[in-house]
Amino acid sequence: MNVLTDNFSLYGKGLLGTVELTVYASLLALVLGFLMASFRVAPVGSLRVFGTVWVTVLRNTPLTLLFFAVLLGLPRFGVVLPFQLFAVLALGCYTSAFICEAVRSGINTVPTGQGEAARSLGMTFGQTLSLVVLPQAFRSVIPPVGSTLIALAKNSAIAGSFSVTELLGTYKTLNELGYSVVWSFVWIAVGYLIVTLTISAVFNVLEKRWGVPR
Amino acid sequence: MAVDPLIEMRDVNKHYGKLHVLKDINLTVGRGEVVVVIGPSGSGKSTLCRAINRLEPVESGTILLDGHPLPDEGRELAKLRAEVGMVFQSFNLFAHKTVLANVSLAPVKVRKRSREEADRRSRELLERVGLLAHADKYPAQLSGGQQQRVAIARALAMEPKALLFDEPTSALDPEMINEVLEVMQQLARDGMTMVVVTHEMGFARSAANRVVFMADGRIVEDRAPEEFFTAPRSERAKDFLSKILKH
Repeated sequence: MNVLTDNFSLYGKGLLGTVELTVYASLLALVLGFLMASFRVAPVGSLRVFGTVWVTVLRNTPLTLLFFAVLLGLPRFGVVLPFQLFAVLALGCYTSAFICEAVRSGINTVPTGQGEAARSLGMTFGQTLSLVVLPQAFRSVIPPVGSTLIALAKNSAIAGSFSVTELLGTYKTLNELGYSVVWSFVWIAVGYLIVTLTISAVFNVLEKRWGVPR
Repeated sequence: MAVDPLIEMRDVNKHYGKLHVLKDINLTVGRGEVVVVIGPSGSGKSTLCRAINRLEPVESGTILLDGHPLPDEGRELAKLRAEVGMVFQSFNLFAHKTVLANVSLAPVKVRKRSREEADRRSRELLERVGLLAHADKYPAQLSGGQQQRVAIARALAMEPKALLFDEPTSALDPEMINEVLEVMQQLARDGMTMVVVTHEMGFARSAANRVVFMADGRIVEDRAPEEFFTAPRSERAKDFLSKILKH
């Protein structure tokens, strides 16, 4: 029971690590996800192919394998970065594939006439997408993007196996110190709940503010 | 006949899969001319209208706008489209923007006007279509006829050389058709070049310089409205007119 109070700073560091991973990887995933979704609906064939390949490869690779590829593979090509940054890259790129598909389904909910009207007024593809289509798609993608980011927060646990400080990784130390496994994990679970419920809350607010009124 | 051609289509062909929707279309629309395109559904008249600003790309033939061939997708095409306004059957007002913002959006983003100038001009146009009082509402709060008049104002805000109407009154209640047609009549009187795909024979008679009758992807007749309606030459047109003018 006193696992938490005795090891508050250890838990704190772990939680902070998870929050950092989640925030940075989420930002990367959102930016790449929206970019890839734009690519997948672009009038330029090569961009569409790039977006499709990006999604297919990343969505169908187990995340652990992707971590291995990034953390062990990239240094071989002379790319040496802090492990935390590698973890953000792996998590962010992986999740961007799912964000991309959520955004694309949102784009598909916008009637084609909206895009046609924008184009008939002389807007370029970029203007049509950013001024007319995405603002309307955004409303309907809030819930699935929220779910995807919650999954990202939980997936960040894999980074612990690659010596990145995060919440789940704290159990090893606690185990060695002889604390009860059950209570160690209960407090870890609470830590994850704090992160995921925060994400839920943020997205609830977004949905209230921007969601499609029906 | 057109002295100063603004829209020219030469030997234009288009297929949807196996369906040959536009067959060797040749059509010239002169500056200031009002051309009404009529015909049974599936005859290709909407496709013809949408091909003029390349919302539907065509497979062969040339389309010239003010002497310039229609370029492929990209900035050049966007520039040319800015010169040709389009009004759709389903209005297609931007659902997330107010009426005023709908009209001002393209002038600000495409023509790079200042927001104040664009809004001032938009208010003038909304006044002209009788909707200034609704400037701050969202499209969903307006009736169909009102939405369509906003759509016309939005197209006019770009100061286009020509306007394309793709069945502008087909989605409207009978009561609201007239308010839209009146705006279109006024535009025709003001000398706007217009291509109008419609089923409104009254409008065709009163406002058109020429009536183009299409059937099965071909232009069957292309004549002055009075001649066409009183003495159609082709069997196909006689059949069509007998069906729609009977009741």
